[in-house]
Amino acid sequence: MANITVSPTRMELTRLKGKLRTAQRGHKLLKDKRDELMKQFLDTVREVRSLRAEVEEELLAVHGSFTVASALMSSEALEQALLYPKQSVELTMSFQNIMSVNVPIYHFQTKTKSDADIYPYGFAGTSGELDTAVEALGKVFQKMLKLAEIEKSAQLMAEEIEKTRRRVNALEYVMIPNTQESIRYITMKLDENDRSTTTRLMKVKDMLLKEAIEERQAANAKAIEAFSTAGETQS
Amino acid sequence: MAATYRIAVIGDWESVMGFRALGLDTYPVTSVEEAKETVRELAKTDCAVIYLTETLAKGMEDVLSRYKDELRPAIILIPGRNGSLGIGKANIQRAIERAVGADIL
Repeated sequence: MANITVSPTRMELTRLKGKLRTAQRGHKLLKDKRDELMKQFLDTVREVRSLRAEVEEELLAVHGSFTVASALMSSEALEQALLYPKQSVELTMSFQNIMSVNVPIYHFQTKTKSDADIYPYGFAGTSGELDTAVEALGKVFQKMLKLAEIEKSAQLMAEEIEKTRRRVNALEYVMIPNTQESIRYITMKLDENDRSTTTRLMKVKDMLLKEAIEERQAANAKAIEAFSTAGETQS
Repeated sequence: MAATYRIAVIGDWESVMGFRALGLDTYPVTSVEEAKETVRELAKTDCAVIYLTETLAKGMEDVLSRYKDELRPAIILIPGRNGSLGIGKANIQRAIERAVGADIL
């Protein structure tokens, strides 16, 4: 409900009008922001969905080849083969600003330059299936990193959209109507004051006029009386 | 932007061993509790992306939602060795619902 506790003064009215203007402007801007974010978000989400489906599928295939590899090798040998990685990955992160949401962009750099040089074990004691599995995993990993990037972006954007939506709604359904109500209240109160002043003035004028007429009538009566007494003394 | 970050993989040993060959930091865990603790620890360090198997993620919703709105780390669910549980997909769906207020896709 409207805030009735405002004092009905012109100063307050000016203040509220300013507030309403700001609120309406803010509302429009936030609404634009929400729409644009939503557009970006939906694009991102579509991308996430297809990429996730791809990654999950490929990762399952990779797990499958690892299973084959572990079937062909003893688990100790497998563990030993993978124990000390040759490859190492360094990740740097930069940010992109999408409608005031900071989304991460990952760049990763591998220590060894060539893709063929990633196997951390000698080929003598391991099965060929393991090579295939590791290679396939290396390929999936590129997609996984991309997935991490866009999925995180989607999450962050979802949060921002939720926040913006709440703000837009608060402005649209609470703030702006309340201010308008208050403005209407003050305007009506001020008009009422104006009318009562006018009425009072008219009343006062009436009273003054009446007084003046009575005075004049009294003066006339006196004059007539004076005139008639003057006539009597002459005759 | 010279800071470099690490990428961690948390899951049961069979699911994470492959990533070790790629030079990622692997954290083989056996229980959900252990995984929760690891995620918390990693979040404090310079870890930008954590891949977590869905099997573990199932039991640690609280920790996941804690880091959902943080810029770092990004916790990404991957299917574990015993197949996809569809949690990753459900999470995208939830994000949509959260943003739009309804499931529109």
